[in-house]
Amino acid sequence: MAETILQLEGVTAGYGPTHVLRGIDLTLARGERLAVIGRNGAGKTTLLATIAGLTRLHGGTIRLGNRQIERLAPYRRAWLGLGIVPQTRDIFPSLTVEENLICAMRGDASLDEAYALFPRLKERRRNGGTQLSGGEQQMLSIARTLMTGPEILLLDEPLEGLAPVICEQLMAAFEQLASDGRRSVVLVEQHADAALDFANRAILMSNGAVAWNGEAAELKRRSDLLHRHVGVAIAE
Amino acid sequence: MKSWLTPFLVLALAGAAFLLFPYNLAFLTRILIMILLVLSLDLVLGFAGIATLGQAAMYGTGAYAAGLFAVHASGNPLAGLLVGAFAGAALALVSGLLLMRTRGLTLIMLTIAVASLCLEAANQLRGLTGGADGLRGIRMQPVLGLFPFDFAGQTGYWYALSVTVLVFAGLAVLTRSAFGLSLRGIHESPARMAAIGVSVYWRQVAAYTIGGGIAGIAGALAAQITQLVSLESYSFTISAEALIMLILGGAGRLYGAVIGTVIFMVVHHVAAANDPFNWLFVIGALVLFVVFLVPNGLVSLPLAVTRLWKGARHARA
Repeated sequence: MAETILQLEGVTAGYGPTHVLRGIDLTLARGERLAVIGRNGAGKTTLLATIAGLTRLHGGTIRLGNRQIERLAPYRRAWLGLGIVPQTRDIFPSLTVEENLICAMRGDASLDEAYALFPRLKERRRNGGTQLSGGEQQMLSIARTLMTGPEILLLDEPLEGLAPVICEQLMAAFEQLASDGRRSVVLVEQHADAALDFANRAILMSNGAVAWNGEAAELKRRSDLLHRHVGVAIAE
Repeated sequence: MKSWLTPFLVLALAGAAFLLFPYNLAFLTRILIMILLVLSLDLVLGFAGIATLGQAAMYGTGAYAAGLFAVHASGNPLAGLLVGAFAGAALALVSGLLLMRTRGLTLIMLTIAVASLCLEAANQLRGLTGGADGLRGIRMQPVLGLFPFDFAGQTGYWYALSVTVLVFAGLAVLTRSAFGLSLRGIHESPARMAAIGVSVYWRQVAAYTIGGGIAGIAGALAAQITQLVSLESYSFTISAEALIMLILGGAGRLYGAVIGTVIFMVVHHVAAANDPFNWLFVIGALVLFVVFLVPNGLVSLPLAVTRLWKGARHARA
């Protein structure tokens, strides 16, 4: 059985005094691909932000490997191998593509790896962050997070608002990133079909809690659950 | 434009100014010293996004440190510069450890408070600093043992220009490095920089300290060249004027600091000579012009004009 790399126990968190997550228990194994599915407002983004240290934790513990991290600042969590790609992408507009990557570079990360994963970024390396299309911005946001050398990649709705052809390119990139089995990927996605095809395990979130946790393939078959918690049914 | 052309033009202009205005070298030297101070503010505010109105604290500390060093230890100018830089950086580090934990209006008020505390300390320590009479008795040795400070101010001008060029070059390298890029990232989104593994607090402390060191060099230069340090070195006016110069030229652009300082100082010089009571009106009008019409500063004026011209041509077509 693969080693558990991330463990959440009874995590309650939110923004300021507001509680969004309620008693989340979750584990993630090394190399695992976890899909997080749920309606808008279910707490998916807050879950990733809480793991990355960007919300206020009201209770519970978060362990990364053998280390308790819930009191650590976001940058310390990034040092320990947590990388989050935000839904908002947050490209630095005054920096070029290459500068966006360089400012995040740590350890033995290299620009070549990022450009190999997303050749489009190499073509546009001298362009400013605001001169990129939505898909290119998403590629840059992902590549910038990879510059920090994450062992766990937290992807928050990376396909949102993108053309199908770009979504395919991004899913292929995620496949490549997770293929060596050393990096775990948590994918929050409204496109349940794409997320469940990619993942080997899935959780369904509803009202800030985990409503279902199991094999991704099984969830894909459970159209009743998907219909109840997400409002969609996956095409056969 | 070729990357070497702009620095070459700036240096050529500095050389031309020396030849064209031989009786105004003291004023030209003052411009160079202010450029250094505004460059330090640019690093702190323009790049790292640290709102401050207290850069005079480090400037004055550098001036007093270099002045006291010259009076009591050695008149070696380069050693004095190092002492000024160290004193400015040390004050920025110590105060920055507290200041960088605050944001917005609180931060601005605290930076003003630090400068005010320094001013009052210098005033109270009359035996050491000369108090309101200023620190006197500064005697400088020749620069590099070769170039004595002269009455016409030629050595002072070239000395200040050399230091300014070196600091500018250092900042150009620093702001293009991963560290400098991370400062711009922090300015735009501190939360995002933290999420990609950057300690926003320590980077800001580092930027504030480096900026303090540069402000200290500016103060040290002023002390060495004028051979006097007064309480004015800590005045709020110096911090506020440096901020206006930076806004005029364009924050976050090193050439913006240079252009803004030159334009402010020249307009100030000419307007105050013509109308000693209402010269601030001219400065105010200039600031309004820049804020409303060229919000990225005068350094971006050529680009703004080019865009306007292209737009007009496109509309005619």
